[in-house]
Amino acid sequence: MIRFLRSHYWITGLFAILALLLVITKIIQPEYGASGIDSLARAALPFAFAAAAQTVVVIAGGIDLSIASMMAVTSVTAAVMMDGASEEYAIFVVIFVLCLGALMGTINGLLIVLTRVPDIVVTLAMLFVWEGVALMILKAPGGAAAEWLKGLLVGSLSIPGIPDAVTVWFPKSLILLAVCLMAVWIPFRRSRFGLSVYAIGSNSLAAFRTGVSVNRVKVGAYAMAGLFAAMGGLVLTMSTGIGAPIPGPYLLASVAAVVLGGVVLGGGRGGLLGPIVAVFILRLVRTDLTFLAVDPNITTIVEGTIMVVVVMIGGLLAVRGRRS
Amino acid sequence: MTMPAQDDLSIAKRIRRFLRDHPLVPLVVLLIALVVILELMRPGIFNERWIGNTIKFAIPLAMLAACQTLTMLTGGIDLSVGIAATISAFVVATQVAILGTPGAIAVSLIPAILIGIANGIGVGLFRVHPLIMTLGTGLIGTGCLQVYQRTVIATGSSVPDILAWLGTGRTFGAPNSLLVFVPMAALIIYALRRTGFGRLLYALGENEDAARLAGVRSWQVILALYALSGLIAGITGLIYVGLIKAPSLSLAVPLLLPSVAAAVIGGTSIFGGRGTYSGTIVGALILTVLTTMLTVLQMPEGSRRILFGLIILAVTAVYVRITEDS
Repeated sequence: MIRFLRSHYWITGLFAILALLLVITKIIQPEYGASGIDSLARAALPFAFAAAAQTVVVIAGGIDLSIASMMAVTSVTAAVMMDGASEEYAIFVVIFVLCLGALMGTINGLLIVLTRVPDIVVTLAMLFVWEGVALMILKAPGGAAAEWLKGLLVGSLSIPGIPDAVTVWFPKSLILLAVCLMAVWIPFRRSRFGLSVYAIGSNSLAAFRTGVSVNRVKVGAYAMAGLFAAMGGLVLTMSTGIGAPIPGPYLLASVAAVVLGGVVLGGGRGGLLGPIVAVFILRLVRTDLTFLAVDPNITTIVEGTIMVVVVMIGGLLAVRGRRS
Repeated sequence: MTMPAQDDLSIAKRIRRFLRDHPLVPLVVLLIALVVILELMRPGIFNERWIGNTIKFAIPLAMLAACQTLTMLTGGIDLSVGIAATISAFVVATQVAILGTPGAIAVSLIPAILIGIANGIGVGLFRVHPLIMTLGTGLIGTGCLQVYQRTVIATGSSVPDILAWLGTGRTFGAPNSLLVFVPMAALIIYALRRTGFGRLLYALGENEDAARLAGVRSWQVILALYALSGLIAGITGLIYVGLIKAPSLSLAVPLLLPSVAAAVIGGTSIFGGRGTYSGTIVGALILTVLTTMLTVLQMPEGSRRILFGLIILAVTAVYVRITEDS
């Protein structure tokens, strides 16, 4: 147990903070309960997918500044395709949009590998490109989403055999998030490809010498980020019922969550769970401050301060660790 | 003994070597080419007035890109400059009625420098990744600005005459903002080439451990660097508000990513140790001419952004190929 805590101290700390925040929320707002969890999960969904996308790329030693723009592209594509189409057609749309996301990620990765320009510069340029693509598909917010897709996010699942009092605590959006992430992440961690992503992130030269095709793995990591971004874009369309071509605040939030989640910028270390928990912590802080009737602008200050303080403590720990 | 080898060099290789030794040349050629294309597209656009306008709009961009160039030389980046500039601009516009012009300008630069010092402490002392640190302080700055705006909502805002004169005015056809920009640019170029501080920046970016073993107190250099970056951002905000004349909560924020792009196009390596400010200035001019060109083409907003991104990427890719050691 102690060994587990020591090797996973960051995640444990994050869960402790999350639990503490939930308790605080309950104290501030005694009525906070299942419906609160439901709205929290729904608000966190797009942020969680953005964070997942960023996580993969950061582990591979890169960074993707175009995530929010890719989410905008997939969101408007889905909204335009589903506008006026039948409910069954939406299944095809979902598959198409996921492929589109992976394709955009692949293009990002290929450009990085082929041009040999640093990741941050390529994805910065692609941020403009994908933003433009989204604007070309849809000039102003519009489109539609299939009813069953919207329904996927609302309320909770009722499973026979388990009383509603229990299932109500696990809203559909939370389950959707868990299923989508695990469906990609677990096979990823167990595959050779997953191992290679960690390898090129921690030392790409060593990975190359042990026979990892660094370029191919890098493109793969970006494609996976594109896939997660597409999920994020779909979720946006599902929750609002329309597509918006202007990228939301997901880029900064994804970087913040990744860093808070214990994924090291520079690559090679970290998992998916940390960033996701970090997303929920950041959302919950926002909820709490709203309950306290704090000026929403102060919320931004608090979020920024949390981010800075946490990474400073992390940096201090790292410096201490190196000395001893 | 190198003579025979040089004779064997093909012309292509010689051109490559020349370009590598003079990285500014291809950039200037590109800039001239862009202007020529623009003149062909819209004959008569190339006149004194247009040049003045282009320089006027390129100056704030080049100044913010100065922050990026300086920090990138040490392997960092400063993503808080957009909001630091905006804060200075907003503060000066709202305080001028209360404090008078000199007072307002002095007060408005304080938050920008504070943001810079916070960045410097985080990056230099706590060894936080510069991307994260400046992103965080940028977020905090955004929040503070919004809160501040609530407190001065009744005061109204006005742009001081001196800033409007600096930002938009012209003397003999040349924009007045050159009065601030030219000394600043000269100082930066001189500092990078000839002073110990400039050498330290390159040394830290090239190999931080080696620099530290050679006796460089890296945290002091980095603290001074980010504080300087904040100050430059603040001054940029003052000039930009004189140019735009409408202080808003996101005034200079759209300049942030182009400022990174200008530094990168200008040949500054994002990993540190390589780059010049003169390259960055040409980069900023290229981006400004490019924006004009895309506007003249009257393309829809979407395709304009796509082209903008693709051109940044293409220029950088070609530039990396040319200048990389082969």
